[in-house]
Amino acid sequence: MIDRGIGMRNIRTADVTAAVKEMCIEANHFLSPDMKEAIEHASGQETSALGRQILGQLKENMEIAGAEQIPICQDTGMAVVFMEIGQDVHFVGGSLEEAVDEGIRQGYVEGYLRKSVVGDPLIRENTGDNTPGIIHYSIVDGDRVTITVAPKGFGSENMSRVFMLKPADGVEGVKDAVLSAVRDAGPNACPPMIVGVGIGGTFEKCAYLAKKALTRGAGSHSEIPHVREMEEELLEAINGLGIGPAGLGGSTTALAVNILTYPTHIAGLPVGVNICCHVNRHAVRVL
Amino acid sequence: MNEYHITVPFMRETAAMLRAGDYVYLNGTVYTARDAAHKRMYEALLRGEELPFSIKDNVIYYMGPSPAREGRPIGSAGPTTASRMDKYTPKLLDLGMSGMIGKGKRSAGVRDAMMRNGAVYFAAVGGAGALLSKSITASEVIAYEDLGTEAVRRLTIKEFPVIVVMDSMGNNLYEAAGDR
Repeated sequence: MIDRGIGMRNIRTADVTAAVKEMCIEANHFLSPDMKEAIEHASGQETSALGRQILGQLKENMEIAGAEQIPICQDTGMAVVFMEIGQDVHFVGGSLEEAVDEGIRQGYVEGYLRKSVVGDPLIRENTGDNTPGIIHYSIVDGDRVTITVAPKGFGSENMSRVFMLKPADGVEGVKDAVLSAVRDAGPNACPPMIVGVGIGGTFEKCAYLAKKALTRGAGSHSEIPHVREMEEELLEAINGLGIGPAGLGGSTTALAVNILTYPTHIAGLPVGVNICCHVNRHAVRVL
Repeated sequence: MNEYHITVPFMRETAAMLRAGDYVYLNGTVYTARDAAHKRMYEALLRGEELPFSIKDNVIYYMGPSPAREGRPIGSAGPTTASRMDKYTPKLLDLGMSGMIGKGKRSAGVRDAMMRNGAVYFAAVGGAGALLSKSITASEVIAYEDLGTEAVRRLTIKEFPVIVVMDSMGNNLYEAAGDR
């Protein structure tokens, strides 16, 4: 017999729509405090005069965006939404997937955000409302729903990579893969960038982890000691490449390297590298 | 490295003066076009048709803005990655386009066409779309309106800040930065 809803917490899908809409608008106008601090810190450290000038422009850009309600970047992204759903939650009032897309639609249309999504990837007609989004669901313990909206620009998305390394490539192989992705990205990815890395899992899992890693605060670190060490070593190596702000030279190429790991197969070492520009947007709400 | 305030459109003599690394403030008129508009313009040329604007001595800004709020000329308006237009660019350069504003690396084919025609490639700071929008005083869709943000727009710009990344002599500021 099916126990219908006893002990479950009801959440209205309309509340999901409202939260997603707000977060789309908020994330595109205000960077989270960790990103502001990271850019502020970098401008004090940058060795190139032109690099410091560009970081100064980025700070000024953030101020204008917030004060005048102009999106930080004209590429207001494809809306990536992480839905962490407590297993004791019951959604009422309609389809959850439609509710998320409706939030994106309302946020992008009413928030003066750019519509950057084409329906069929080959025919390429703009859908006109930035839907559909990219929704990642995960079922977790509890009766809450945590929604993270992370609009993703494609200048940096286009420079992201998946490497299917061999176990023998080891730690050095992973570092080389990340560095080669960053080197290839160069000025195209609008440095200073945030580098999200997923190590382990499968082909798709490492890419997912790399994306998820971008939502972790800049300046935070992995709780796994050897992973944290790799984050720090990679950040230093990336900033030694000389690419610099806007790719015009300097010591600030990345603001953070965030790594997430997952168990993998005896035969493999998948590595996903998801690069994000300095406009690393994310907003979080718990319902 | 010099600083210049120049008027667009400009002729080859102006482009010839600019060197990679120069900081330039642009004043005048530029046209926006990105992926979809380039494809249409290219196909129009292949069919022997005219472009929607005269490309001679003009500058294309690779940009698709966010929508303007009421009373403003434009929304956020920073550069997009230029290399996606590389396939179409040499033909436009051979027709007299004098410059491009974008961000990121270009192909060898574009570099050669720039040197052949004496053109210049500027970078605007990527991700500074709110700041850059303050240097745009007017915007009008002049072609391909159905493309939305990808339509061709005529922009009036005032002291629009850019950096010369590739000059007509083949110098490239990105190569100097990345090769350290």
